[in-house]
Amino acid sequence: MARRIWKDPVLSIPDLKSAPAGGVRDEIDPTYGRLAHFPAEKPLQMDSGSVLAPFTIAYQTYGMLNAEKSNAVLICHALTGDQHVANTHPITGKPGWWTNMVGPGRLIDTDRYYVICSNVIGGCMGSTGPSSINPQTGKPYGLSLPVITIGDMVRAQAMLVDHLGIDQLFCVAGGSMGGMQVLQWAAAYGDRVFSAMPIATGPRHSSQNIAFHEVGRQAIMADRDWRGGRYVEEGVKPQKGLAVARMAAHITYMSDAALHNKFGRRLQDRAEKDYSFDAEFQIESYLRHQGSTFVERFDANSYLYVTRAMDYFDLAADYGGALGNAFAGTACRFCVVSFTSDWLFPTAESRSVVHALNAGNASVSFVEIDTDKGHDAFLLDIPELFSITGGFLEAAARARGLG
Amino acid sequence: MNGAAMTHMQHTSGTLPAKAAAGDVQSSGPVAGRVDLQFVAGMVTAGSRVLDIGCGDGALLDLLIRERGVDGRGIELSQLGVNNCVAKGLSVIQGDADEDLDNYPDDAFDFVILSQTLQATRHPKAVLENMLRIGRYAIVSFPNFGHWRLRLQLMFRGRMPMTGILSNPWYETENIHFCTIRDFVVLVDMLGAKIERAVALDEYGKPLRLNAPWWLWNFFGEQGVFLLRK
Repeated sequence: MARRIWKDPVLSIPDLKSAPAGGVRDEIDPTYGRLAHFPAEKPLQMDSGSVLAPFTIAYQTYGMLNAEKSNAVLICHALTGDQHVANTHPITGKPGWWTNMVGPGRLIDTDRYYVICSNVIGGCMGSTGPSSINPQTGKPYGLSLPVITIGDMVRAQAMLVDHLGIDQLFCVAGGSMGGMQVLQWAAAYGDRVFSAMPIATGPRHSSQNIAFHEVGRQAIMADRDWRGGRYVEEGVKPQKGLAVARMAAHITYMSDAALHNKFGRRLQDRAEKDYSFDAEFQIESYLRHQGSTFVERFDANSYLYVTRAMDYFDLAADYGGALGNAFAGTACRFCVVSFTSDWLFPTAESRSVVHALNAGNASVSFVEIDTDKGHDAFLLDIPELFSITGGFLEAAARARGLG
Repeated sequence: MNGAAMTHMQHTSGTLPAKAAAGDVQSSGPVAGRVDLQFVAGMVTAGSRVLDIGCGDGALLDLLIRERGVDGRGIELSQLGVNNCVAKGLSVIQGDADEDLDNYPDDAFDFVILSQTLQATRHPKAVLENMLRIGRYAIVSFPNFGHWRLRLQLMFRGRMPMTGILSNPWYETENIHFCTIRDFVVLVDMLGAKIERAVALDEYGKPLRLNAPWWLWNFFGEQGVFLLRK
C-alpha cells in the first residue's frame, strides 16, 4: 500500500441551511465537528422502551458524496473512540484513531468515498450522553439517561444517515464495539448496507467480557468523586476510578506476548529494584500513563453507559435465538476478520458470525490473521489486514459500480 | 472387494452415463498447472452457484467467475491462501471441509467442488455427504491409489509409494485417507449418489480412453475427476 506523509483529509463542508420547523438542525463546532440536533418531533426510540428527545449526534464527514449517493462509508468507533477517525484530534492533538485505514489514499479513501463517522449515543464527544444537559431539568443527565444499547446507537446512526439523504451505505466498517454496530446494521438495516466489515468483534459480549467491564464500572463507582453519578454538578471528576477502569481494560486489548515483547520485566527509570509500590516496572508506568491520559478526554459516566451497551449485545437473542435469522436473506457482502492473539473477541466469535452467514448463503469472506498484537491489532499497521480489506473493498466497489 | 461392489462396477461401466463424453469435458486453459482443474472447470455450467472447498490461491474460482460468470465462493485452510483470494476480490472463508460444511443449507449451490482434498479430510464420507446435501452436483478430483506405479512401488520396494503428485513421505503427508477409483465408486454407490460424468487422467494428464473398462482406469488413471448428483 502506498504510504504517504499524513495530511488531514479535507473535511466536507456542510450545507448549513436553516432547519424547517420540526426538522433537524445542523451546527458546526470546533471540538465536535458537525452536530445534528434532532428535535422533540424526531425522538430516538430505545430498546429499553424509553424515548430520547431531543438528542444530538456529533459526527465528521470526509470527501464528497457522489451524485448517485452510492459512495458513502460509515465508520463505527470502538468503546472509547469517537468521530475523529481521520483528522487530528481537537483535544489530544493526536492523529485520528484509524488513520491506518481511513484517509486520502488509504484503503477507505476519502478522495473516493464519502466517509461518515459519528460519536455514539451515550458518548462524550458531542453526541447526547450522560454529561449532556437534560432539557427537562436543566442539569446533566447523569444516571437518569436511559440505558443505551448497540441497537440504539445504530438506530440513531440510521437517523443521521437519513438526515444526510443517503439510502444505502456502500460500506459499514468497524472493529470491536464498532464491529458490533456493523453486525447490528447488517441485521437491522440489511438492505441499507451494500458491504460490511466487522473486525475483531463478535455477535455477543461474552461472560468474561462482561466481567471485565464490571470491574471497570465498579472502579469508577468506588471513586468517592463519582458522587452517585452527579459529579458534574458537584464540580469534581472520578478520575482515579476511571483511570483504573482504563488500566484494567487496556490489558485486555493487548496479548501476553505483546506485553512481554514491549515491556518484559524491565524496570522503569531505575537500575535496581526499589522494593516499593512505585511504578517499578515499565508495564506499570505504561498502564498508569494510559489511565491518566484517558481521563483527560473521556467521561466516567459515558464509560458506564457504553460498556453497558456492549454487555447487552446479543444479536442471536434478538432474533429468536438463532444468529442465522439475523442475516436471513441478506444481499450484503461481508468481510469478517479476527486475530489469533485477540482474547477479548477470540476467533470463535467471528467464526460463529461466518457460520450464521453461511447458513443464510450470504457472500462472506473471513480470515483469522496471525499476529501477537492482541485485540488492538485492528487499529495497527498489519499488512494482512490491509490486503484482505483492500481486496474486499475493491471487489465491492466494482460490484457497486464505483470502479 | 466384495461381490456386490464388483457387480456395481460392472453395471456402472456397462450403462455408462458415467464417463465423460469427449466434447463435454474440455480443457479451460491452464489453471496454475493443475491438470485436473481444467477438467473440473469443464464440468461447471455457466452462471451457476459454485462452492470451491480447498480453493488454494483461488485460481479455479477466479477462472470460473471470469470465464463462466459463476457466483463463486471458496473455503481454504491456509491464511495465506485466503489472503490471496480475498485480495483478488474473491468471497473466501478460512475453514475446512470437515468443520465448515455443516452450516450451509441444503441445495445452497449448484456445484460443490473438492479438488485433490478428499484424501486429506478426517471424515471423507461425511464430507461427501455434505457436498451432495449442499450442492445439486458435487465435483471431486482425487489421486488414485490404485495407479500401477503405486502398486508396483508397494509390491517391489515394500515402501509407501511416492510419485509426482504424491511427493511427500508418509510421515509428512497430509493425505490420511487414500482410496482407489474403484473404492470411490463404491462409496458413491453407498451414498446413493449417481455418477453423471467421470474421467481418469493418466500420469501425463491425458484422459484415458472413454470405453476403457473400470479396471483399466483404476490401473492407469493417476487421478480421477467425478461429477456426482444426489
